[in-house]
Amino acid sequence: MATDVMIEARDLTKRYGTYAAIDKLNFSIRRGEVVGFLGPNGAGKSTTMRVLTCFIAPSSGTATVGGNDVFEKPLAARSVVGYLPQRAPLYQEMGVIEYLQFVAKLRAISASEHKARIKKVVDICGLGDALTKDSIGELSKGFQQRVGLAQALLHDPPILILDEPTSDLDPIEKAEFIEYIKAIGRDRTVMLSTHNLAEVEQSCPRVLIVSKGKLAADGAPEDLANRSGKARYVFEIDADSQKSPSHARESSKLHVSIDELMESVRGIDKDLKVMSHASDPGSIAVQVLGDSARDYRRDLFNLAVQKQWTLLELRKDVVQLEEVFRELTVGDAKAGDRIAAAGLKKPEASKSAKDKDEDEDDESEDKE
Amino acid sequence: MAEKATAGSSGALVGGIGAPIANVLTIAGREFRAYFNGPMGYIVVTMFTLFVGILFFFLFGTLVLRKTTLQPMFQSMSALLPLLCAALSMRSFSEERQRGTIELLITLPVRDADVVVGKFFGSLGVLLVTLLATVTYPIAMSRMGDLDSGPVIGGYIGILLGGGAYIAIGMAFSSYMRDQLSSFIVTVLFLYVLWFVDKTLIFLPQGVSSVFEYLCSDFHFKSIARGVIDTRNLVYFATVITAGLMIAARSLSSRRWS
Repeated sequence: MATDVMIEARDLTKRYGTYAAIDKLNFSIRRGEVVGFLGPNGAGKSTTMRVLTCFIAPSSGTATVGGNDVFEKPLAARSVVGYLPQRAPLYQEMGVIEYLQFVAKLRAISASEHKARIKKVVDICGLGDALTKDSIGELSKGFQQRVGLAQALLHDPPILILDEPTSDLDPIEKAEFIEYIKAIGRDRTVMLSTHNLAEVEQSCPRVLIVSKGKLAADGAPEDLANRSGKARYVFEIDADSQKSPSHARESSKLHVSIDELMESVRGIDKDLKVMSHASDPGSIAVQVLGDSARDYRRDLFNLAVQKQWTLLELRKDVVQLEEVFRELTVGDAKAGDRIAAAGLKKPEASKSAKDKDEDEDDESEDKE
Repeated sequence: MAEKATAGSSGALVGGIGAPIANVLTIAGREFRAYFNGPMGYIVVTMFTLFVGILFFFLFGTLVLRKTTLQPMFQSMSALLPLLCAALSMRSFSEERQRGTIELLITLPVRDADVVVGKFFGSLGVLLVTLLATVTYPIAMSRMGDLDSGPVIGGYIGILLGGGAYIAIGMAFSSYMRDQLSSFIVTVLFLYVLWFVDKTLIFLPQGVSSVFEYLCSDFHFKSIARGVIDTRNLVYFATVITAGLMIAARSLSSRRWS
C-alpha cells in the first residue's frame, strides 16, 4: 500500500495558443509523500495544480489523481482531493461555518457528520477565534487562508494539493503550518507549491522543481544540494587596502573597485562564477561558485597576497537549495528577485541573483 | 457508484460525489442567500417595487383611468424587467471570476451543469421574492373594486417566465465577461432590443414581422397577461431559458478565462 501512486502526470502539457505553460511534465507522487513543488512565478506550478484538480483541462498528456483520470473521471478525481487555490478565494460575504457547511454539502458528507467534521477542521486549523466574525471578508488574510485549508481538509481527503498555502501567513503561523503539514503528511499525499525554499527544506522530504513549464529537478532537498557539484566561497577584502611599506616609500592607500576584484577572481579559473556579495562598509566582497572537486580557498588567498589586498574574510559554504534552485531556473525572468521577495534565509545571496540571471550560462543540464 | 468506490478505497474519505439535484439546491441556496447577505438583494427588491409603483400610478395612468385593472402594472414590470434581470444575473459568473471563487466552486465534485442550473434557480428565487413584494399593488387594487384574478395570476406567471428567460440570457453574457458592469450593460441592451422588437413591426414586411413578433419577449408577456397561457408562449420561454443556460454551461466548461 505504501507504494501506491496517488498523483501521476504523463507528458502533461497545457498550451495557451503557442505558449506552453507546462510542457511534457512527467512525475508521480506516492501515498504518504509530502512533495514541495518549486519554481519561479510563471514556471507552471499553478497550471499543473489546476490540471490535477480538474479546474482546467490539459492540452495533451494524461494525469491521474487517486487512480482517476482527470479527463475521464473528473468528479471522482475531485472527490479524493482537497484543494487550496492560491490566495484562498473564498466567498467573502459568507460566515465561516456557513461556508464550511456549503462545502460539506457539495462534498456529499452526510448531514449527521457535518457538525463533527466542521468542529474537527476548525480545531485543526485554529479557527476558533475566527468564528466570532460575521463573515469571511472580515477576517485577516492569514485567517482566510486557514479557512481555505479547513475546506480542503473537510472531507479528510487522501490527497492534498495546496497552492502557496503559506503566502499570507505570518512567520509563527508558517511554522505552525509546516509542523501541521509534517503531521498530516504521514498518512496522506501532500503536494504544496511555494517560492519559500526554507519552508521546503523543513517540511518536504521531496522536491520537484519546475522551470519554464519543464521539470528541472526531482529529489530530496539535501540530494539536490549535493548534486549541484558546486562549492560556494565568500571572499571579502578591504576596499582601501594599505600598501605595505616595502613596496612604497610612504604609506599610501590602494583603492580596489568591485569590478577589479571580480575580474581578478575570474582570472583564477574562467569557469568560476563570480558575483558581488553584501559586505561591511569600506570593504568589498564577492561570492564565488566553483567546482567542488577543487578547493579554491588557496587560490583566493594567494590572489590577495599577490595583489596586496587586506583579506577580511574567506569561507567555504555548502551550496544551499536556493542556489540549486537558482541554477536550475536561470533564464526565468527575474526569478532571483522573486525568491528574494519571498524571503530567503540569506539575503546577501539573493542580491547576487540578478547578476546571475544576466549571466546566460545555463548549467541545468549537468543537474539532470 | 463505481467512482465512489474508487474514492472510498483510497483512504478515509468522508465525502463523495453528491446527487445532481442536491448539488443544484445547495448552490441555488448559497446564491440566493448571497444577495441578502449583502445590500444587493434589498436594493434590487426595493428599487423594482418602487419603480413599478411609480410607473404604474403615474405613467400608465391608473389614476387617470380610474379602472380597477392591473394591466398597467404588468406593463411597467415588463418594461423594468430587463434592468432587474440584468442586475440579478451579472454577478453569476463575472463576480466569481473576478474574485477567483469560481476555482474553489468548480474543483468541488460538482458538474458544471449543476453549477449553472443552481445559480439560475438562486437568481430566480430572488426574482420571486421581488415579485412577491409587488403583490401589495394587486391587494391595494382589489380594495378599490372587483379585480379579476385570472389576468393577475397570468400576468405574474408571464413575468416570472420572462424573468427566467432574461436571467438565463444574462447568465450567458456573464459567463463570457469578467467584469460585472460590462455584463450588466450588454445584457440590458440585448434585453431591451428583445423587448422592443414588436414595436417596430409596422416598418417590416408581413412575413418577417411575424418572425420578429415571435422573437419579441413583450409579445409573449402580453399574451400571457391576457390570462391565456398558450403553448407557443411556453415554448418560447423554455427555449430561451434552455439556450441561455446551455451557452453559460458551455462557456464554464471551456474555462476560457483561466
